[in-house]
Amino acid sequence: MGAPSPDADLQAFLLRMGDSCLILGHRVSEWCGHAPALEDDIAMANVALDLIGHTRLWLELAGEVEGAGRSADDLAFLRDAGGFRNVLLVELPNGDFGNTLMRQFLFDAWHVPKLRGLAASSDVRVAGVAQTAVREANYHLSRSTDLVIRLGDGTAESHGRMQAALDRLWPYTFDLLDVDDGEAALAGVGVVPRAAEVAGAWRDHVETALAEATLVAPADGPEHRGGRPGLHTEHIGYILAEMQFLQRAYPGAVW
Amino acid sequence: MTSEWPLWEVFIRGQHGLSHRHVGSLHAPDAAMAINNARDVYTRRNEGVSIWVVRSSDIAASAPGEKGPLFDPSNSKVYRHPTFYEVPEEAGNM
Repeated sequence: MGAPSPDADLQAFLLRMGDSCLILGHRVSEWCGHAPALEDDIAMANVALDLIGHTRLWLELAGEVEGAGRSADDLAFLRDAGGFRNVLLVELPNGDFGNTLMRQFLFDAWHVPKLRGLAASSDVRVAGVAQTAVREANYHLSRSTDLVIRLGDGTAESHGRMQAALDRLWPYTFDLLDVDDGEAALAGVGVVPRAAEVAGAWRDHVETALAEATLVAPADGPEHRGGRPGLHTEHIGYILAEMQFLQRAYPGAVW
Repeated sequence: MTSEWPLWEVFIRGQHGLSHRHVGSLHAPDAAMAINNARDVYTRRNEGVSIWVVRSSDIAASAPGEKGPLFDPSNSKVYRHPTFYEVPEEAGNM
């Protein structure tokens, strides 16, 4: 066996996209029936459903590229924690509503420039998925940005909660913006956007919004990384236990 | 918290050329969020091309007690109802 093939790099990247959408979609769906207002509840469920929709597209493509006959469902429900390639940020617990919105905001600010770059991918399959997904992600970003600004620049209580959320989540943004050699190689041939391009757009958006929200990102502190090689926080196991229970207990069960 | 948010009436224009129609109401702290909420609650399936929101408290409504004076007279004047004309088939739906 020599160096990983371009297909292996592409499959790993597709899993990263699909798994990130899947785990965040699951996390956001946990708010169903619990959001602070009916309107927010519906909005959260919409975001969760959008993300699960993106998951299906990315994981179907991952299965196709892998060529081992695994469907999107197989990949979602029959892999163990070490096989998941999601960014660490999305598996962190919801916490309060402010923490959930801050996590969404930091993710969306990455998701949109990533998808914009992918929409121009030299791989037409990747471009097709990204062009579909970016329309919904644009709305997610505009909604989460609006709410982060409102709550950051809101009451003393909401400001305090949003700042605490930012402090808690910031260390995981290093993992979010990280790329490995495989992804760098894909960027070299125009399949995915360059890391610096996405990180630059992320920084511009986040800095502007945080300034308006009167929130301050930590200047230094821990930098968590690990989602890419499959090294997760302790939370992933609990998510999978709940998400995969049905397929594990009743293999092949369908609606 | 929700109880402190004012109520908004939501109007959606379905297609170009049709007028905005009342679709329901929702709670939101201000107009911008009312539009966002309306998008999430009422336009998930491509229902609209335009959203209006207006505070429910800004709508002046006729009182149920005025029903008689306002609406009764019109029913006694049959010529107000255009039922005496045959629409030519070529005209299609009016």
